[in-house]
Amino acid sequence: MKAIIVDDSRATRSVIRKTLLEEGFDVFEAGDGKQALEELKKTGPVDLALVDWNMPVMTGFELINELRANLDFNSMAIMMVTTETESSQVQRALEAGANEYVMKPFTPDVLREKLMLLGFARD
Amino acid sequence: MAAPMSLDSADAEYVRGLVHRRAAIRLDTSQDYLIENRLAPLAEAQRISGGIAELVSRARNGDHVLGVKITEALATHETSFFRDSAPFDVLAKSVLPRLVEARRATQAINIWSAACSTGQEPYSLAMLLLEKFPVLESWRVRITATDMSAPVVAQAAEGLFKQLDVNRGLPASYLVKYFDREGASWRIKSRVRQLVQFRQANLMDSWAGLQRPDIVLLRNVLIYFDGDTKRAILDRVRQTIAADGALFLGSAETLLKVATGWSPQLDGKVTYYTVQP
Ligand SMILES: C[S@@+](CC[C@H](N)C(=O)[O-])C[C@H]1O[C@@H](n2cnc3c(N)ncnc32)[C@H](O)[C@@H]1O
Repeated sequence: MKAIIVDDSRATRSVIRKTLLEEGFDVFEAGDGKQALEELKKTGPVDLALVDWNMPVMTGFELINELRANLDFNSMAIMMVTTETESSQVQRALEAGANEYVMKPFTPDVLREKLMLLGFARD
Repeated sequence: MAAPMSLDSADAEYVRGLVHRRAAIRLDTSQDYLIENRLAPLAEAQRISGGIAELVSRARNGDHVLGVKITEALATHETSFFRDSAPFDVLAKSVLPRLVEARRATQAINIWSAACSTGQEPYSLAMLLLEKFPVLESWRVRITATDMSAPVVAQAAEGLFKQLDVNRGLPASYLVKYFDREGASWRIKSRVRQLVQFRQANLMDSWAGLQRPDIVLLRNVLIYFDGDTKRAILDRVRQTIAADGALFLGSAETLLKVATGWSPQLDGKVTYYTVQP
């Protein structure tokens, strides 16, 4: 299984990466939406993208729209991981095509439980 | 002088005996740290200047209310929405459809969450019913949720959850559909809340007033009980549950070698139990 972490905070990426590695993912990283698209063009589609909302150059919201409009990438699972916590924002992200949503701050257990919800359970 | 933060062995022994008598919770000597960690905040909250030693000594000398508080402080309330997720899939895909079919005539379903902690378990059930079984809207559906800890039941009935709680195990689509943001917290909507009746009740006491349940969730609570108590409680569940009902335990728990009269039903990775005919 492959995952890409898209977040402008290196610290956040490393927290997420640790859990994903433990869950058996190969992990790629990008610091904004545009970098993520470039990385994905190299790697091809991955199983899961974990996407921050507020990033320079291209936001996570824009990235989701790009991915959902692209036949190569539109079947990837997308989990938003963000400090945006308004109900209306969660709703917007889901409508744009996010499959799950994690509000920062979170713990490794939160991530694991969300992975389980998306069917990435490891037993 | 700072209040003593540790217990002598006689006090620790007394606390172990107390929680065993009151809640059948077994703590061994290696868990004395747990007793100290949990009771220190309690002593502070009760403004007991002599710390946990004085707290325990008051309970020993007959302060019944403190005895109850000590017991509650030592029960773990750890829980999450849709905990372990797979049992809720089994409920949605096989147990509930079968039950709905079997109850067409009476149009009534009772579910019992028997150690509901802060409410995530019964609310998960309620959301599941609303989401997947719209036909039940005109039925009499009752989820009874009980726990021995009064503060925990009060918190559950309030239906207000911290962000970390709604982050855990709850599908995001359910969050937007069944919760309202309230300050930094999230409140369960009344259409979910009204399906659940909360009550403080100790599993060791009488279950009078409990409607015959069709489904019982007795999850992650048996671990606290010794073998005889487990068996006694499971026997009572067997006598209480509907003849075609289903019992769910925690994912790491089993009835094997504990109680008789139950048939394990394996559904994917999940085992639940039905009453032997
Ligand atoms: C770990 S929680 C489990 C919550 C939920 N069932 C779950 O699986 O997530 C255990 C709960 O059992 C309750 N409990 C412990 N002993 C009990 C007893 N004798 N009667 C009723 N509830 C009890 C505790 O107060 C605590 O809230």
